[in-house]
Amino acid sequence: MKIEYSKPPHPREHRLIFKNVDRVGWDPSIECYINEGGYDDLKKALKMEPSKITEEVKQSGLRGRGGAGFPTGMKWTFIPPNNTKPVYLICNCDESEPGTFKDRYIVHQDPHQLIEGMIISAYAVGANTAFIYMREEFPEAAIICEKAIEDARAKGFLGKDILGTGFDLEIYVHRGAAAYICGEETGLIESLEGKRPYPRIKPPYFPAALGLYMCPTIVNNVESLCHVKHIIRMGGDEYAKLGKPRNTGTRILCVSGDVKNPGYFEIEVGKLTMRELLYEVCGGPKDGREFKAVIPGGSSSKILRCDEVFKLKNPDNSEKDLSFWDIALDFDSLAACGSMAGSGGVIVMDDSRSMSWVLNNINAFYAHESCGQCTPCREGSSWMKKISDRLVEGKASAEDLETLEQVAYQIDGRTICAFGEASSWPVEAIIAKFREELLEDTSESNSGVAHNPEAEAQRRFLIDHDSFPA
Amino acid sequence: MSDSSLQHLVASEKTPGTAKFPSFEVSSEIEAEAEKRIAQFPVEHKRSAVLPLLHIVQHKFGYISAEAIEWVAGKLELEPIKVCEVVTFYPGLRQSAPGKFHIRVCRTLSCAMGGSYELMDKLCELTGIDRSKQDSHHHPIAVSPCGNYSVEFAECLASCGTAPVCLVNDDFHEAVAPEKAVELLAKYPAEDS
Repeated sequence: MKIEYSKPPHPREHRLIFKNVDRVGWDPSIECYINEGGYDDLKKALKMEPSKITEEVKQSGLRGRGGAGFPTGMKWTFIPPNNTKPVYLICNCDESEPGTFKDRYIVHQDPHQLIEGMIISAYAVGANTAFIYMREEFPEAAIICEKAIEDARAKGFLGKDILGTGFDLEIYVHRGAAAYICGEETGLIESLEGKRPYPRIKPPYFPAALGLYMCPTIVNNVESLCHVKHIIRMGGDEYAKLGKPRNTGTRILCVSGDVKNPGYFEIEVGKLTMRELLYEVCGGPKDGREFKAVIPGGSSSKILRCDEVFKLKNPDNSEKDLSFWDIALDFDSLAACGSMAGSGGVIVMDDSRSMSWVLNNINAFYAHESCGQCTPCREGSSWMKKISDRLVEGKASAEDLETLEQVAYQIDGRTICAFGEASSWPVEAIIAKFREELLEDTSESNSGVAHNPEAEAQRRFLIDHDSFPA
Repeated sequence: MSDSSLQHLVASEKTPGTAKFPSFEVSSEIEAEAEKRIAQFPVEHKRSAVLPLLHIVQHKFGYISAEAIEWVAGKLELEPIKVCEVVTFYPGLRQSAPGKFHIRVCRTLSCAMGGSYELMDKLCELTGIDRSKQDSHHHPIAVSPCGNYSVEFAECLASCGTAPVCLVNDDFHEAVAPEKAVELLAKYPAEDS
């Protein structure tokens, strides 16, 4: 049967998770889902031993699609073997990494795919309660998912004794309140406990051991949980044939910014290069423009210049050159180029964009979203914004740029959660790669100007420790 | 715990939007909704229902007053400060009334590249809103003098491929180029007060 789409997928796409997105005649109802074989994979899974499901997921090589790319199956095995406490499963649907917009379409258009993936995953990890932590800015999705849960329960896929197997599961939608930090799994858990979402320190608070209510908790991204369903259908080995070794399966790339055709594209991991994505799939730059820079995996990932050439190591330790355009879009290739695949949010900038302005926009985001728990991040993110504010206003000096860089490097690695890196990496990378351009936005005449006593104190503290009063 | 000590902590102030919302009042309907949410959590962890209860309040009354905090705290057997610290943390929770139609414009990178700052300017111009006193942390919301509209910059609304985007109350709108601001507002006609 040929599937028709209102917005047809690109021929290079491989639609697994987004099979039903933009599909003509498709709606989020359970009837529609079941007509297409929905919940058959759940029936198959419930006949398997839970440990066998985990084994299949490990075999599949699935890596988390939320940002860190941690192997999902391995995460599941971190639940202590002698555990006697309740286990919780949480679906992280706090999608808020700038540049990322894949989960939105799953929860609005295909909620049962997520619910089926969640039931299978909950069964595998032994959870009888699961939550969908939904960002507050998806009010419609919260209603859609609650309706989907109700319908799934009416069909016996949720509740007590699911399909006569003796397995019980309840899923609840829990709405956040517009805080980016809730996407950090321990911050999410604190939020779900009704507190300020201050991330917890690891160790000891690895959620798989000490999570929600200090019980073992598995937190997985929406897309990751959806993949579980397909892994059960295909079998882990078969699934692992998609993509590349260590970078298996499909993933949804979200492209935004200065390209002719922005949008979401589900591709086999690593099967497209940057050139193919930006020219072939996204139609190239806007008329009369040239590509300048790309943020490859959400705004926290380090920016790449389109004219960059990377020195990579061959297995025999010899070096080889890799141009930006030939980078394969997978976890390991992007990491080798000093950035990351992150959440799959690709933000493209052309030659009309000022990097000072881009930097300032990103800094404003992190200054707003820092939870304020750790001093380097709370103070640093706001200092970085203040300095880049000056840069775009033409009030910055060359020393300011130096200060900015110093601040970034003193956040990175000194915070409880990865927000510290998320906020400082963009600054570090933009300065390192566009220093000349940023310097053009500074002015000699601003040199030595103390913008205010606070700024002067910061500068002295960071650059000239010796002269700073103890 | 009396109301007066909380008043210091909650920045509720009267805005032109205040008249557009009913005053906080506990009805049997709200009680029932709250009980349903509380029942989703283990009895010993009912604190987890803080956000759900605050959403119920904000959805109905437009913002979260000191009185509402007292009620939520009472329902969950918490010190009011425990609720207060949540209200003051989350950008999605408001301590003062917005306009009848609250517009959240995404200002993060892809939307900014797509013209969201220009969209914000246009919306302010059309609704007579002065954003000059707004800052991102403490006073993010500006309300029109008539109380019908309010605007706020939101951080990434997760629809970067259709930038610029905004939310009007619970309705999501994509590809709202600045020149489409008139069309957008036409969907939300002002009411005379």
